[in-house]
Amino acid sequence: MSTRVFVVDDHELFRSGVRSELGHDLRIVGDAGSVDEAVPAILASSPDVVLLDVHMAGGGGRAVIEAVRSQQPSIRFLALSVSDAAEDVIGIIRAGARGYVTKSISAEELTSAVRRIHEGDSVFSPRLAGFVLDAFAGEAPQPMDPELDLLSRREREVLRYIARGYAYKEVAHELHISVKTVETHVSAVLRKLQLSSRYELTRWAADRRLV
Amino acid sequence: MADVRARGPSVTAGARPVAADARAVRPRLQRSRSDRLIGGVAGGIARHLGIDSVAVRLAFIVLSFALGFGAVCYVLLWLLAPLEEPSAVQPATEFRAPGRRLMGGLVLMAIGLILLLWITGLWFGGEQGWPLVLAAIGFAVLWARRGDERRGGSRWTLSQLGSPLESVVTGQVSLPRIAIGSLLIVIGMGVFLAANTSLAAAGNVLLAMIVAIGGAALLAGPWVWNMGRQLVEERSSRVRSEARAEMAAHLHDSVLQTLALIQRSAAPREMASLARTQERELRAWLYGRAPDVSGVRLRDAIDAMAGRLERQHQVRVEAVVVGDAEMDDQLRALVGAVSEAVANAARHSGSTAISVYVEVEADAVSAFVRDQGGGFDPDAVPADRRGIADSIIGRMERRGGSAAVHSRLGAGTEVVLRLPRKPA
Repeated sequence: MSTRVFVVDDHELFRSGVRSELGHDLRIVGDAGSVDEAVPAILASSPDVVLLDVHMAGGGGRAVIEAVRSQQPSIRFLALSVSDAAEDVIGIIRAGARGYVTKSISAEELTSAVRRIHEGDSVFSPRLAGFVLDAFAGEAPQPMDPELDLLSRREREVLRYIARGYAYKEVAHELHISVKTVETHVSAVLRKLQLSSRYELTRWAADRRLV
Repeated sequence: MADVRARGPSVTAGARPVAADARAVRPRLQRSRSDRLIGGVAGGIARHLGIDSVAVRLAFIVLSFALGFGAVCYVLLWLLAPLEEPSAVQPATEFRAPGRRLMGGLVLMAIGLILLLWITGLWFGGEQGWPLVLAAIGFAVLWARRGDERRGGSRWTLSQLGSPLESVVTGQVSLPRIAIGSLLIVIGMGVFLAANTSLAAAGNVLLAMIVAIGGAALLAGPWVWNMGRQLVEERSSRVRSEARAEMAAHLHDSVLQTLALIQRSAAPREMASLARTQERELRAWLYGRAPDVSGVRLRDAIDAMAGRLERQHQVRVEAVVVGDAEMDDQLRALVGAVSEAVANAARHSGSTAISVYVEVEADAVSAFVRDQGGGFDPDAVPADRRGIADSIIGRMERRGGSAAVHSRLGAGTEVVLRLPRKPA
């Protein structure tokens, strides 16, 4: 059964582009151009994966995630944006998106990213890996919860490879571990990113003073 | 597109700075640096009103005969009006702080003025006059303007008045000045009250109140005034940054999206690369990294390098930088080597996307340049490729760093650079 996808983006041209590109391999069950339109439509069609624009009037992708997750927590989100502002990226992940890719991604890469999200994996683009490494850089002065506020050595290694442009499979090969283990590490990082109360995460985003 | 409609309000908001400009046609009242005999007050007023400064000076002198009104106005404006920012066009020599000679002249003028008032009978008499002079001196000690107009420097100096008191209270520290200034004002007020107790008893309470209010105004007035002015300045700068943020949001939703679309379309490679370059530059501007400062921080230098090579070779260069540092010779060498490695990959690998990853650590900087192209067999290297690899390796080793090239047929190539950082 092919993955059921819902596209939320306030640019009609972009939506139709994605529909035609992904339509061959995935099933597009609907699309929406605004937050208000998207939430009821997503709840009605209950897709497997929602492709979500970060920037939209009325609260952006975060608002959609927050409204949908409280009712149907099984729906997964992949953030898709032209913005590489660190704040946006970290923000949407902390709201609950399972991954982040930029809109310049190729159709094949996007298809495979959607599939991986559907299977419960997370999708880290090199840029996201870089942001996370930056956010967790340095010693936490007083980690509230070392389990959440620090990356393990192995997680750091995996993120570095991803930032260097390695696919999960290649990371597994380099570190002599299974692809499944790489995915476990990345999911753990994602969880830390979402749950850590680490002060640096917010301060770091504020320091960069990105729009 | 859809959101041009939705973003309607931001367009009107964008017009705000224009309105602000129109208001600014009349220059703010600032003390002039260039057109200045004493404090630059007359020059500033002349500029503000668009009239000749000589007329303003004459007006001050004439008004000074009316119970010293002009002189009092002048001193107040001197204290309250900000000194204009030094302009880059004017040579620095044009502005000279009032020297000792000028100060001497000022003191003589003041004495002359007082004598003149005394002789003509306009002076309100020694008994009531001297306490006021005392209070005025206290006021001057307290509120002589800061040497520099910028906020944050909480240090107050007397340099603007250049008063003889400077040698007594060795400037700089505000505490003794506050003490002395307050003391002078309080004494002045006290003496004034004591000298006037002969007035009708009924008026005493009222007089005491007026004197107290006057004293309080002398003590705290300029401070309140300054606070108000800072509030206004802060508000206008906030308005500016809000307008900028709104414009950024607007551009983000229009231009950046369009550029992303062009990249996705089946346009020729050159078109996509052009759009990518535009996007990169626009983004750098929007998110506060002005193009003209690129090369100052490592992150900007890497971004600029990636943009340049994308244009030259029509490949996608995905650059990720973790951490950041000021550029120095070491880092310039590193960026140069990274640039060579990327160019090399673009020419030989056949890959359309090249990943660059740079990480700044406490004692070293690492860089990885990776392509997903054909790779090569290190044992059967073409001569030209070998040469470039050598130049990269040589460049790193001269700086105390290292470089390695990993490649396997069919699995792409990665160049790994590592350079120790100069001890700060």
